[in-house]
Amino acid sequence: MTDDSQIEQDGRNGSELPRPVVKHRRFNASLIWLVPALAALVGLSLVVNSWLQAGPTITISFQSAEGLDAGKTPVKYKNVVIGRVNKIHLSADRSHVLVKVALEKSAQSFATQGTRYWVVRPRIGLGGVSGIDTLLSGAFIGVDAGDSNAPADEFKGLETPPAVNHGAPGLRFLLHSDDLGSLDIGSPVYYRRIQVGRVVSYQLDSDGKGVSLQIFVDGPNDKFVTTATRFWNASGIDVSVGASGLKVNTQSLAAVLAGGLAFQDPAGPHDSTPAPEDTEYKLFSDQVSAMAPPDGEPHYIRMRFEQSVRGLAVDAPVEFLGINIGKVVSLKLDYDEKAQRFPVVVGAVVYPQRLGNAYDKLEALAKARGENSDLSQLMGRLVDHGLRAQARSGNLLTGQLYVALDFVPHTPPVAFDPNATPLTIPTVAGSFDKLQEQLAEIVDKLDKIPFDSIGKNLDQTLAGLNATMKQVNGQTLPEFKTTLQGVQKTMGSANDALSSDSPLQQNLGSTLQELQRMARSLRVFTDYLDGHPEALIRGRRPDAKPIPDTTTPAATEPQPGSKP
Amino acid sequence: MSAFPRAAELGLISCHVCGLVCADAPDRDDLSADGLACPRCGSALHRRKPSSYVRTWALLIAAFLLYIPANVLPIMRTASLNDIDDNTIISGVVELWVKGSPDLAVIVFTASIVVPMLKFLSLGTLLMSCQRGSDWARPQRAKLYRLIEFIGYWSMLDVFVVSLLTALVRFNLLSRVEPLPGVIFFGLTVVLTMLASMSFDPRLIWDGRDSDD
Repeated sequence: MTDDSQIEQDGRNGSELPRPVVKHRRFNASLIWLVPALAALVGLSLVVNSWLQAGPTITISFQSAEGLDAGKTPVKYKNVVIGRVNKIHLSADRSHVLVKVALEKSAQSFATQGTRYWVVRPRIGLGGVSGIDTLLSGAFIGVDAGDSNAPADEFKGLETPPAVNHGAPGLRFLLHSDDLGSLDIGSPVYYRRIQVGRVVSYQLDSDGKGVSLQIFVDGPNDKFVTTATRFWNASGIDVSVGASGLKVNTQSLAAVLAGGLAFQDPAGPHDSTPAPEDTEYKLFSDQVSAMAPPDGEPHYIRMRFEQSVRGLAVDAPVEFLGINIGKVVSLKLDYDEKAQRFPVVVGAVVYPQRLGNAYDKLEALAKARGENSDLSQLMGRLVDHGLRAQARSGNLLTGQLYVALDFVPHTPPVAFDPNATPLTIPTVAGSFDKLQEQLAEIVDKLDKIPFDSIGKNLDQTLAGLNATMKQVNGQTLPEFKTTLQGVQKTMGSANDALSSDSPLQQNLGSTLQELQRMARSLRVFTDYLDGHPEALIRGRRPDAKPIPDTTTPAATEPQPGSKP
Repeated sequence: MSAFPRAAELGLISCHVCGLVCADAPDRDDLSADGLACPRCGSALHRRKPSSYVRTWALLIAAFLLYIPANVLPIMRTASLNDIDDNTIISGVVELWVKGSPDLAVIVFTASIVVPMLKFLSLGTLLMSCQRGSDWARPQRAKLYRLIEFIGYWSMLDVFVVSLLTALVRFNLLSRVEPLPGVIFFGLTVVLTMLASMSFDPRLIWDGRDSDD
């Protein structure tokens, strides 16, 4: 109200127009420059921040950029993003791709020599599935730090993830094998059926004659690998039929499918100091051969069999008194012009060390005698003592043969040349062959028996026997009958004579009574003489008054009888 | 004085809010005329917007400074099942173009790149020509200013797109859209350019040394 009236008044009083109200405001127009200053500050802080966070840029080469995406694919260490792929381009020679990665500032230590990079993609193998999360999130680049501090900005990416991370406790060992089998990078290494490591890498030997595998055994189990440890390929199933029945021996199912290694110390006393890193071992094909004592130097021997060796195959065992000392390596047919026969030349490799103590003793003995302790010399002595090779049947069902070196008694001595190379071991026919031969001989002999004439003779003999029997029946038997009758009569009279009421019997009885009496009187007489020896000269004294005595009348009674 | 007289010459001043014309303080010569208030509605009275050049320049420069991070930094993250995608304005436009929506690409490009650049250039031109007191193409410059005022807020399109998508696309694992710092800078740029164009007084165009026709 007051304002309005003021305006009205002012307007009227002044130049017919209202006067504005004068206020005193203090406003500094230059304060507006704070806004762009603030904006500049924000911009500057962003720049500084990004400059501070910018890490090194590295280049990694890969075989292919499959799954990699410029600007997106992260680089992860222990699942923490430490960088991102910036750019992907082909190398100048188009043989590989170059991936530029911007690492974060904090990941500077990954741009050093020895750092390994690989692409993590989903991998599905018999041993398991890995990188399954990358199915959804897309591939990323994995990192494993090295221990060098020398900076580097060019790296060669691995095509497969490294089996062992840097700095993991454990030891690496080197194995040599004839072939790789079903092993692969990452195949497990078992110790007492517990996985303690894995195969890290493998490559062909430079001469192409074997495979070298590098394995990594995790700590603290790496101390179980000793200098005497044996390694063997645990892939597959070991089925053996023994005296105790069927036996199936495997490591884990995964090892059966995907392959694996196992190691163990040999039984018995051995050196059990833990092996140092990068110790080299031989990889055996199975546990049995791994646990066998060391074979030592192989020796090649040759045997010449005159008979068929059907069932003898390469790799058939060579046994000495039942101990496996080697195996057959070759079978060749030969032709002998003189004998016009086809002998089979069997080559075998034997390991004398497998004889163990026996070989050592023989060797020592030979040395003590001052002889050459070479195998050929030893073999020569053994051959002199009847050592022969024999192809024996190892399995009656399948007819498989093995070569047995055995002492065969009563063999004709043979010429043995200990200096020949290869050493030729004399052979004898196999036990089965021998049996066959002997059976054939028996059959031959049986063949020679004149069964025809024997039959004829036997026929005649039987005819003669028949006539004789007739004669016996017709003449001899009636005679025999009368003889028997005579015998019967005689027996009857003898019976009569011996019966209790026969006179002979009675006479015999009385005679015996008389004899008894005589014996009694003789005793009385000797008794009397005993008491009265003078009676021999003076004669008998008159009897004393009869005393009632039972013996006296008895003693006196036979006197008249005794006199005569 | 061949043309119409100016208010200042007649000693008059009008209120921008209620339109009251009153007598100018005679002792004041400067154009800013600070400290006067409309006797009717109480709004500040000034012949021209106060310190228009300085404010406009300051805001324009601030907007331009913020426009750089707005373009460099990503404005939006699209996370789907197997992919995380951060897009700046330009990369978003390129992606739209490549993935078969050229029309959308053109719209976004216009709203996010063309319009802010146009504003910077136009306002800069207006400011410089007015400060020099040039009488070159005055009606066209006035038209240009009206155009800038009109299209100014359309630049917020990008910010709206991001905020709408962020609110709508929230299928946790399957797909997700998140705003990134770039969009804040872009929004600030747009707001500052609008403030700049508001603080510019178009009457300055006509304040030439020469009298207008």
